[in-house]
Amino acid sequence: MTNVADLTPAVERELLPDRGRPGRLAQRLWRYVPAIALFIMALVVWEVVCDYFKIQTFLLPKPSLIAATFIRELPVISLAGFFTLREAVGGFVLGCTLAIVVALATSRWTIVSEGVMPFAIAVNSTPIVAVAPIMNNWFGITNPVAKMSIVAVIVFFPVMINMVRGLTQVNANSLELMRSCAAGDFTVLVKLRIPNSMPYLFSAFKVSSTLSIIGAVVSEYFGGSRDALGVYISQQAALFHFAEAWAAIIIACIMGIAFYAVLLIIERLVMPWHVSMRAVEN
Amino acid sequence: MTDQTPVVSIRDVSKVFDLGGNNRLQALANINFDIFPGDFVALLGPSGCGKSTLLRLIGDLISPSSGAVQVNNKPAHQARLDRDYGMVFQQATLYDWRTIYGNVQLPLEVMNYPRDKRMARAREMLKLVQLEEFGRHFPWQLSGGMQQRVAIARALSFEPSLLLMDEPFGALDEMTRERMQMELLSVWGQTNTTVVFVTHSIPEAVFLSSRVVVMSARPGRVTGVIDIDLPRPRSFETRESPRFFQKITEVRECLRRDEVKGASS
Ligand SMILES: Nc1ncnc2c1ncn2[C@@H]1O[C@H](COP(=O)(O)OP(=O)(O)OP(=O)(O)O)[C@@H](O)[C@H]1O
Ligand SMILES: [Mg+2]
Repeated sequence: MTNVADLTPAVERELLPDRGRPGRLAQRLWRYVPAIALFIMALVVWEVVCDYFKIQTFLLPKPSLIAATFIRELPVISLAGFFTLREAVGGFVLGCTLAIVVALATSRWTIVSEGVMPFAIAVNSTPIVAVAPIMNNWFGITNPVAKMSIVAVIVFFPVMINMVRGLTQVNANSLELMRSCAAGDFTVLVKLRIPNSMPYLFSAFKVSSTLSIIGAVVSEYFGGSRDALGVYISQQAALFHFAEAWAAIIIACIMGIAFYAVLLIIERLVMPWHVSMRAVEN
Repeated sequence: MTDQTPVVSIRDVSKVFDLGGNNRLQALANINFDIFPGDFVALLGPSGCGKSTLLRLIGDLISPSSGAVQVNNKPAHQARLDRDYGMVFQQATLYDWRTIYGNVQLPLEVMNYPRDKRMARAREMLKLVQLEEFGRHFPWQLSGGMQQRVAIARALSFEPSLLLMDEPFGALDEMTRERMQMELLSVWGQTNTTVVFVTHSIPEAVFLSSRVVVMSARPGRVTGVIDIDLPRPRSFETRESPRFFQKITEVRECLRRDEVKGASS
């Protein structure tokens, strides 16, 4: 008889992840160096070009001016950002929750899927911010719910479509395995379909996080509370205060990245097993 | 052996696939044979002859167009509901999101075993396939051969009386494959399982089984059943014995006889 030792070659042990190997962090930081260098270079070129060609501030403010304005306006724009972020996150949570519920319903009753999916795909390819004035009319122009519902509608479709995909695109053998141990539909849903849909769901979440910030800010361009970031941007732009507008855009950008990053962290916690989480060696 | 009641009994089974329109494909025609307790039966035949189809009929993953499949004296459907068999596919088909322990426990969870019993069984089964120290790993951290051993552990975790295997070692390299064959025989020796093993490798079929069912293609039918009376336990020496080569020749001739017949008709 063979024994354990020659059944588990050393190579297989090598494959196992090695957490906290020294030098790993430094290596990772090193990878960002080109990006940071490029960023700084772009800023310098921008600054120099503005100086050299004497570009008017209302056309394109210098980075140094934007930075100074950013710091000066920070109390105002960070509050405005927070207000808008609340709308974005509120709408995101609302839209995603509904999307997941509907997706689960489609997996239970095929009639739901057949009825809903064609519309979902159609609506998914129409620009939903366009309905912002209508929502403002329904909920009141300063009511955050108006913006939340726009964001909710924007994120609903990609999340639902992806979740349905994840629930249905299940490996045939995995299903047969369930069938071979006489598992019921509910067990198959919980133990196979839902875990299988997680990667699909999270990729939809990540796309939607960006969409939700865009949706909130843009729908505020159509009017909204004075505390909102989109309103701030459009007002400052109307007054030719472009440095202020740019500073606010930086806030919007930071919010988008932060939202994305939070989802990335949640994804890692929820799916430590997923392909994208595997240690990359090169 | 014939005085025992069969674990699997296949009577006049045919399977026709409806391919849509007027296209129909007769995958199996008039299959008849029995499998007895403790048997290790290999289903052997050229690609497309319906080996997988036959195995899936036994497992009630599909149903026959005519004829009847009985498992443990009841219809295959009932046997599936009673969880009478474990299944191993060519791909290990482990769930990515479960650890190795989690994967082995999967059938037990489905069958509502209590938690401590599940864990104990999982440990025991992993020990059987010599992977006990990998319980907390995820499937992608294991090699193809190790994954396939986990799949075998999973299939045996609830002590089914029948193990259905569809080319379980087909995706492995020759050396790993021979090791896995030894492993499987040792596992089979330690449990009272009856095995149905699909393969298209003649040496594999002869080395492993107590009987080889030789099939022909289009429509798939049984052309011969060959008893493999090589001594057990089988070992690396078995592969070099003259009896082994004799049996291989016998099986090959059975396969070829059928080919010649097919060509002349
Ligand atoms: N679900 C299906 N629908 C239609 N035809 C099928 C289906 N499953 C199998 N077939 C056909 O039945 C025949 C037998 O297929 P089967 O998979 O059983 O062959 P096999 O002997 O297992 O071949 P291989 O060794 O390549 O796995 C093939 O011609 C195949 O095309
Ligand atoms: Mg096959």
